Amino acid sequence: MSERILQDEYTPTKNFWKFIKSELKPRGSIWTIFNMISVPMVLLAAVLIVIRFVYGLSAVSNVTQSVPWGLWKGFNVVTGVAFAGGAYVLTFMVYILGQEKYKPLVRVTVLNGFLAYTFYAFALVLDLGKPWNIINPIIGNSFGTSSILFLVAWHFMLYIVAQMIEFSPAVAEWLGSERARRNLKRLTIGAVVFGITLSTLHQSGLGALFLMAKGKIHPLWYSEFIPTLFFISSIFAGLSVVIFQGSILQRVFSYQMDEHSDKRHDIMIRGLSRVCALSMFAYFFLKVIDMVHNHTLVYLMSPMGAWYLVELIGFVLIPMLLFVYGVRIGTPLIIKVASLMTMIGIILNRMNISVIAYRWEEIPRYIPTWMEFVVTISILFVQVWIYRWVIHRMPVLRTMESMTITTPNER
Amino acid sequence: MSIDRREFLKTLGVAGAGLTGVSALGKSKPEPESEEFYAILHDITLCEGCGECEYACAEANGLPTPGDDDYPDSSIKRELTPDRFTVINAVETSVGEVYTKQQCMHCAQPACASACLTEAMKKQESGPVTWEEGKCMGCRYCMISCPFDIPKFEYDSNNPKIGKCQMCFERLKEGEQPACVENCPGGALTFGKRGDLIREARKRIIENPGTYVDHIYGEHEAGGTSWLNLSPVPFEELGFKTDLETKPYPELTKGFLYSVPSVFILWPALLMGLREATRSDDEKGADHE
Repeated sequence: MSERILQDEYTPTKNFWKFIKSELKPRGSIWTIFNMISVPMVLLAAVLIVIRFVYGLSAVSNVTQSVPWGLWKGFNVVTGVAFAGGAYVLTFMVYILGQEKYKPLVRVTVLNGFLAYTFYAFALVLDLGKPWNIINPIIGNSFGTSSILFLVAWHFMLYIVAQMIEFSPAVAEWLGSERARRNLKRLTIGAVVFGITLSTLHQSGLGALFLMAKGKIHPLWYSEFIPTLFFISSIFAGLSVVIFQGSILQRVFSYQMDEHSDKRHDIMIRGLSRVCALSMFAYFFLKVIDMVHNHTLVYLMSPMGAWYLVELIGFVLIPMLLFVYGVRIGTPLIIKVASLMTMIGIILNRMNISVIAYRWEEIPRYIPTWMEFVVTISILFVQVWIYRWVIHRMPVLRTMESMTITTPNER
Repeated sequence: MSIDRREFLKTLGVAGAGLTGVSALGKSKPEPESEEFYAILHDITLCEGCGECEYACAEANGLPTPGDDDYPDSSIKRELTPDRFTVINAVETSVGEVYTKQQCMHCAQPACASACLTEAMKKQESGPVTWEEGKCMGCRYCMISCPFDIPKFEYDSNNPKIGKCQMCFERLKEGEQPACVENCPGGALTFGKRGDLIREARKRIIENPGTYVDHIYGEHEAGGTSWLNLSPVPFEELGFKTDLETKPYPELTKGFLYSVPSVFILWPALLMGLREATRSDDEKGADHE
């Protein structure tokens, strides 16, 4: 690895485009099962997107006058942002608390977060009725500063920039510019501090969006604590993704792993599981307080109450206990199952608040079309494509090795 | 186009304040008293359900007029649509068939306007809550926020509009009354200052015992609205939303907006402090190399 960097250091600039061109070529067979499913799906989604912009939203989407935010906003934006929360939690642990042992996970998590945010911004634009007017709140000819959506949108955009800065040293390494890498690295701590602040605000802000929907969201889910609940749950949502994707990465990119990476990974995963369990406990506790405080316990006996218990017991309390148990007996499989269940729980929670328990009494119900699902999944697929392309080429998982050519104290 | 330095700095300031939520703390200009807003009183006991207001509304706003078989009928619930800003419904009640009129309530502190990130939805000083097409980006957050479910979105258009009553804002500027009020043959609609209309409504309740329920719908609902209703039967019988907050809906987000500047100032300081506190001495030395 370090050999490649040193070699590239002396490459003349005119070879830059040649290098980029060679890097753009796919590596290995393109006829994988994943590609055979994802390529046609994304092409289909592209057609659907054209139809959506020519004929309006109703041509592909089932969103209604009473449920104006559907799958794209509920899943890609509201749920996806929670899943991307791992980046701010890990940068906090590594750069603020100085927990160096988690450093190998930082780049891949920040990359994931950056791609997630970029693509969710794209999903948001798809859903906008007049996307060209998105320029209004950006360039400042029309600032609705009392709007929570305004805060969220701006924090969202700024956080994408912060993540770009956090990830940029990896790009510089890939391009072989040691000087650029060193300069960009100096910006990291600023971006991290700014990024954590922005994340705190937009993760909770995403929940605060629903504060004015009082009466439309089932009382079990509506709470003045929504912003706090969204923030706390983004901690374990993000970390569950880190834990779960870690096990996939170990397999898919095994050629980038050395003989120690398995053991190192286990230690990190167990540490993160503890953070998950603790934040889930805080979340569960706050949920219970909220139910008592708002006198919503009576609703537990209704069908919606049962559905609520599925979410809270089945996909918060049980995975929390599994995390604790998995850490204690040291079984990665149990931890993996716990992280998957936690992720499902987050999907349930975010979808409940934005779609399912939103207008729960309304008939007919909003049910997404197959076309909405195709677009939603395609956005994830394109994200995976880029993610895979970057990891194959840039020093994302290989940070341990590249660290050897830097000062060991660098944080 | 030139933009002088002061103007530019002001814009920057507003942008910065917006990002940190400071602007939510202090209102830049005093809000007009809700007493002084224009408002409309609908006396349901006087409404004959003729639907003239629907026709007048469609004409004034350039919308399709209701078809021949599209009239108030207690067996169906007619809905607002992106191109129908007001709708009359017949409701079977304990005192016989009565007619309700639905349209934007023009809240004193509208949820939609505080939700809008482009200020396309705006409470005008004179009372109407208006929507400006050139600013709207179609996010539909106003629809999520509106407690009365009024804004309707043109889902079948590639350049969609939000459809809702504007209280004939343009006509008000010319000194005219809203089209529906002007064309109401039964005198069920009264246009005036909100304070005067509330006093008028209260007078009617007191002077005609037994005619009305003792409730002016819109006096306190959602913190007070510019549309007021008087009814012979309890409002829940008419299908009005009766579980609404009595404080303005934007208040629900105030706590969060207040916390934003605190987080923006405290977090970076706290984080940098934590970082310094957890760093070992030799690491600090490494920085100065």
